[in-house]
Amino acid sequence: MLSLIGIVIVIIGFVLRINPLLVVTIAGLATGMASGLGPLEVVAAFGKAFITSRYVAIVWLVLPVIGLLEHAGLKERARAVVSGLRAATTSRVLLAYFAIRQITAALGLTSLGGHPQMVRPLIAPMAEGAAENQYGELPQSVRYKIRANAAAVDNIALFFGEDIFIAIGSILLIKGFLDQNGIHVEPTQLAIRANAAAVDNIALFFGEDIFIAIGSILLIKGFLDQNGIHVEPTQLAIWAIPTAICAFVIHCARLLLLDRQLRADLAREPEKA
Amino acid sequence: MIILEHIYWLSGLMFAGVAIVNWRDRSNPRRFNNTAFWGVYAVTFLVGSRLPDLANGFLIIAMVLVASIRGLGQGKQESATREEREASARRWGNKLFIPALTIPLITVLGTVLFKRIAINGMPVVDLKQVTVISLAIATIVALVTGMIMLRPPLLAPIREARRLLDAVGWAAVLPQMLAALGALFAIAGVGNVVSGLAQRWIPLDNPFVVVATYAVGMAVFTMIMGNAFAAFPVMTAGIGLPLIVQKFGGDPAIMAAIGMLSGFCGTLMTPMAANFNIVPTALLELPDENAVIKVQIPTALMLLGANILLMNFLVFRH
Repeated sequence: MLSLIGIVIVIIGFVLRINPLLVVTIAGLATGMASGLGPLEVVAAFGKAFITSRYVAIVWLVLPVIGLLEHAGLKERARAVVSGLRAATTSRVLLAYFAIRQITAALGLTSLGGHPQMVRPLIAPMAEGAAENQYGELPQSVRYKIRANAAAVDNIALFFGEDIFIAIGSILLIKGFLDQNGIHVEPTQLAIRANAAAVDNIALFFGEDIFIAIGSILLIKGFLDQNGIHVEPTQLAIWAIPTAICAFVIHCARLLLLDRQLRADLAREPEKA
Repeated sequence: MIILEHIYWLSGLMFAGVAIVNWRDRSNPRRFNNTAFWGVYAVTFLVGSRLPDLANGFLIIAMVLVASIRGLGQGKQESATREEREASARRWGNKLFIPALTIPLITVLGTVLFKRIAINGMPVVDLKQVTVISLAIATIVALVTGMIMLRPPLLAPIREARRLLDAVGWAAVLPQMLAALGALFAIAGVGNVVSGLAQRWIPLDNPFVVVATYAVGMAVFTMIMGNAFAAFPVMTAGIGLPLIVQKFGGDPAIMAAIGMLSGFCGTLMTPMAANFNIVPTALLELPDENAVIKVQIPTALMLLGANILLMNFLVFRH
């Protein structure tokens, strides 16, 4: 029971709005102490865990180039491009990004998005630009709302796209086999070719890097294996599809309503000012 | 061969540059705090792999104290006025997108190509980390492209990185800190205690109640841990396998797939998933640090409901 102290500290800290870095550090140290480590051992364990998690921070390497481009007017340009499209609304811009992000994630291309490299410099300015196009200068509160929605789209589309990757990979694999069957060759030759193609595809689709995209599937498989239950990654990925469809339907329906909400917000705004 | 350590050195150099730019910026009243914070962070990247664990631990505690006791500040000067940026945007037009889109393009190309290229039988990059290394290489290619195209002063990129990093502030380090917290939770066996509590307190003799408990448990425990991967083994060993699979004969593949996605619903609702939910609010300069979570909660709750129904209908069909 004592080992739950870290959770209690985190909850209290977030409620009291104490600096989260401090809260998390204290929670970590307290949890380590509660599990019977000595003070120095806890500090060492924390240091080790922090150092092995450094890969999380590599995404910040994009900041110099993104900052440079922003200085040169990248966001303003992204806004201008959208304002040239009369059909563009905030809802439609975000819907399009949602669809692209979910589909590319399902194809294993999870690195085609992200907050520092896509949402801040491109997607959020485009969504804002579409609204400016329709309503003119926007109050700050409406801008904030649009930006928060842009960030949410990136998250939701990623989470509920990436898990079905193996299913799509294996469909492509099967299609590869069928394509090969259409060509008339000797059965043995066919088998060799099919095998070569399969190996190639597996290397391409199931390579180590892609395992990051489908880390959760492998974690599930590894855990179930340890418990004596053997499932195929494909099965897991196929059963992720219904939820992926629900995510698409639910969030896109909400995005469609966003334009109307923004209009209502803007109608209310002048009264305040 | 390029390995992760080289990328860490590159990151360390960038953070060191940010620290130096901060040190020289008199418009920031807390410039020495910023210098100390990013400087120590740079040290953990440059030599962290060779320092003893204890030294790293104390460095991190020092960073946390600098950030939380006196706090970090921000420089006052804007790098360009809005008019300047608009004029520049008109001048460069769509060419500005080229370096920006280089990043995802090269990252994806790198992940595919590096696996096929070998020099003297040695791969060019560490294949276990190929995505992360490709991202780093892509940012360098994009930066060089941008420098050649725009011809800014040589130190402009590091000054711009400083501007953005200080806008994000300590939140930039929070995801890594939470990953470390997760490791300590695992050492202390927090998960087993939680699943023990769930089994003791909730009536689990009706299949629908069990399915709902498992899915909601995944979401809630993910909210606490900030990570569905940490919640999955705990909830599945505690509730999923013994009750859904063994007692009620449910299909383990369906249970596990939808269970993990229920955890992702939790990820959408928690500040503990800082890199998805807190860092973007800082990056987008939103005053409310929960703004992204608030947008996501309705979708997350509806999707969690959908997951419970889906699992209930699908998992017992055989």
